Amino acid sequence: MTSQQQSIRLTVNGEAVECQVPVRLSLVDFLRTDLGLTGSHIGCEHGVCGACTLFVDGAPVRGCLMLAVQADGTEVVTIEGLADSGRGEALRQAFHKRNALQCGFCTPGMLASALDYVEQGGTADRQAIREHLSGNYCRCTGYQAIVDAVCDVIEGRS
Amino acid sequence: MSEPLSLFDRPNSYIGRSVPRPDAKRLLIGRGQFVDDLERPRMVHAAFVRSPYAHARIDRIDCEAARASQGVVAIYTGVELADHVTPYVGTLTHLVGLRSPPQYPLAMNVARWQGEPVVMVIATSRALAEDAAELVEVDYDPLPAVTDMETALDPDTPIIHDEFDSNLAWEREVNAGDVDAAFAGDGTQVIERTFRFGRHTGVTLESRATLVEFDPSDRQLTFRYSGQAPLMMQAILAKHLSLEEENVRVISEDVGGSFGIKIHTYGDEFATAIAAMLLKRPVKFVADRHESFSSDIHARDHVVHGRIGLKADGTIVGLEIDDLTGIGPYSMYPRSSGIEANQVVNLTGAPYRIDNYRARTRVVFQNKNMMCQYRAVGHPIAMAVADGLIEAAAAEIGLESIDIRRLNLIPDDAHPTVSATQMKFDDLSHQKCLETLLELVDYGAVRADQERLRAKGVYRGIGFVSMVEVTNPSPMFYGIGGAPISAQDGATVRMDASGALHVASSITEQGQGTNGILAQIAATAFGVAVDRVKVTTGDTATVPYGGGTWASRGAGIGGEAMLQAALALKDQVLDVAATILQSESAALDIQNGEIVDTGTGEPRMALRELGQIVYYRGNELPRDLTPELIASRHYRVTDFPFVFTNGAMAAHVEVDVETGMVELLNIWAVEDCGRIINPQLVDEQIRGGIVQGIGGALYEECVYSEDGLLLNATMADYLVPMASELPDIVVKHVETPSKTSMLGAKGAGEAGTCGAPGAIMNAVNDALRPLGASIYQMPMTPERILRALGVVS
Repeated sequence: MTSQQQSIRLTVNGEAVECQVPVRLSLVDFLRTDLGLTGSHIGCEHGVCGACTLFVDGAPVRGCLMLAVQADGTEVVTIEGLADSGRGEALRQAFHKRNALQCGFCTPGMLASALDYVEQGGTADRQAIREHLSGNYCRCTGYQAIVDAVCDVIEGRS
Repeated sequence: MSEPLSLFDRPNSYIGRSVPRPDAKRLLIGRGQFVDDLERPRMVHAAFVRSPYAHARIDRIDCEAARASQGVVAIYTGVELADHVTPYVGTLTHLVGLRSPPQYPLAMNVARWQGEPVVMVIATSRALAEDAAELVEVDYDPLPAVTDMETALDPDTPIIHDEFDSNLAWEREVNAGDVDAAFAGDGTQVIERTFRFGRHTGVTLESRATLVEFDPSDRQLTFRYSGQAPLMMQAILAKHLSLEEENVRVISEDVGGSFGIKIHTYGDEFATAIAAMLLKRPVKFVADRHESFSSDIHARDHVVHGRIGLKADGTIVGLEIDDLTGIGPYSMYPRSSGIEANQVVNLTGAPYRIDNYRARTRVVFQNKNMMCQYRAVGHPIAMAVADGLIEAAAAEIGLESIDIRRLNLIPDDAHPTVSATQMKFDDLSHQKCLETLLELVDYGAVRADQERLRAKGVYRGIGFVSMVEVTNPSPMFYGIGGAPISAQDGATVRMDASGALHVASSITEQGQGTNGILAQIAATAFGVAVDRVKVTTGDTATVPYGGGTWASRGAGIGGEAMLQAALALKDQVLDVAATILQSESAALDIQNGEIVDTGTGEPRMALRELGQIVYYRGNELPRDLTPELIASRHYRVTDFPFVFTNGAMAAHVEVDVETGMVELLNIWAVEDCGRIINPQLVDEQIRGGIVQGIGGALYEECVYSEDGLLLNATMADYLVPMASELPDIVVKHVETPSKTSMLGAKGAGEAGTCGAPGAIMNAVNDALRPLGASIYQMPMTPERILRALGVVS
């Protein structure tokens, strides 16, 4: 039960990782506690707030709704990986310029969702951006500056 | 000759400029340092067994099976922890008559709200602690739960605390002028409504979190927490854990939202500190979301019966309110749960000239989670009641509510003024804010559009609010009542050998941009580039003494202290420079990191050179010159109990009369927070505040069953505003600097939350009016709107 373990192999931010993990461990807990990748945040642990959103095999995923063992064989990219590789730099600069974050706790997940929208070729349609980000909870900003930042990137202002 | 340039017009002034926050970059690359991100050697984790009942006697606790569970290090009951802490009472002496029983970190023999911590389990991981917590057996004997505040004072309602004669915690009455005579006057119409404001909570995305370390060699406690007031916590922990204050270090690094949720003393956090002392190991407690909903303070939960009297021309002759609020089983420590009710009494109708005012508030105990100060404390209630009554009266009398406001708002040129509740106002701009708002809102077009669409069965409405906000409080807020809460703040500014500034302040950063504006102020006053200023906040070991961040006080109080400290350092540096350059300090200035001639701006010496002479080559200085390249200043508000701000807002909504859904079409806000230090940050404070007000108005409510069980303690069930529901929000400013300080800044963090609910409620009622329906209950859920329309019963 609690002690049941399984070994997994995956790629995290470009690095090969091999670990023995409890089968009940969530992906985001694994990343945070086993790998020290604390950039992915835990806000609700039931897939609602979006703070733990990260990329698994290129798709945005809730890190709290996926078990670490389910990530066996996948490629995981977190906010640390995005920053180190430079991917999403325009979006980070736009977030900074627009002050599209206050406390920053939602930001890793918000950036992942916003980056997904931009990379999928989303347009600078404010309502479409709002719909796309509607699974990411931000208590501080009221979202407007985040929408501004995404539009800036799509329209080439940042 | 023209006037010399003021501080705010200097060539390198950053005051009034949207300088991006330097520390935001770190958060954007995943390098935040929130409490749960921190690890310590031998660290263990806490989980709590919490009461599943709203009210129950605890007959027996059996931890035997739990103790044998994997990874368990220790288990503590309330009675066991009580030996290591002195109890605390959440009263303030200036709220005369407020009473509350002593509290302990965990329930002792009776649990009084669902979610109250009962047993603490410590294990080598949070998961293992939760496993063991499930094995703790508690025998509860359920007691009748007092949940409905409207019957809490009835004679046949059980009394929650044996030591009291009723469930009344506090009562306050104010009687100014003669309301009865005013209401009885010729041609006076009296309009009354009953307003209900649901319980809601802060839902900080980072939940409450604590990591405590204890070094027994010198009885040193290091308490890292996600909080707003480190120096308050230092005093409280020292007092109740019997430690010397200087041996308690409290650190708040990155804080993932606070909004008032994180200025209180929580039993589970106290328990974490005690466990760290007993185990002599680091103990971490991070609330999960379910725990947050059932133990983070809740707010509002008021029923207000209001009456307003107006003459036929719209002149307000009197206002009366009767407020009732339920605060849970205790008054929260140390700020008390009386402040919100007090604000409702003090501030209802405050934007208007009202000579005859009568108010009563009653604060009652109940078996629900505790209620306390959350963003905009009391203001959303006070503003919604007064402006709700004004718009209801306008409709009944047949006047434009805007004209009633124009007639009754305290004129901008009348200040200083004193309200019926003895609130002192100065530097307010109600009239200018309202007229500026009307320039933003194309009122005629909105009305024409409303008329045209009604014919098609589309119901739109517009609503307004005028508001005040308490900011920059003096010691009259808490210190006077005996709480260890500083109303003054300190700032220290030090120049290093490279000419850079290192500044420290007792105000704290939770994302609003505190560190950014402190750097802007110091850079401007001293004369260096803003990126040469390093800011330290949030650590009692390194910052000067002060109150922290609450009541919209950071910029106005902490900012002024920083301004004065940087100016003092500049004077010291110029004295040294004058000696080195054989000049007069008055003939010198500092600009962009260089000592320059005041008149010509010609560079005379780089700050780096001055720093290196002072620190490395003191032999070049006269023997009697002992330069101090560090300065501290402290600041508190002295002339006023509070520095009020004001504003005006409007909301434009569409109500779907078949589904009861409210769509927000537009929100406009004009506010006056005095001198604006960083326009972008202020706009974002206003917007974020408005969105929390939208939450309270339309979505957010802690729903309890009749027997006191919180029914929606998950983020799937407790609705908060998400991006897709919101319109873009138009924000504009009127800038009337406060005369209480050189900086002239007032607070801005809560204004949006103060005004938005009232404006939205008025807009919804404007939409419903042709249907003969009205709603005065928040949140205005689809179900409640359909009930108001008589679609469902």
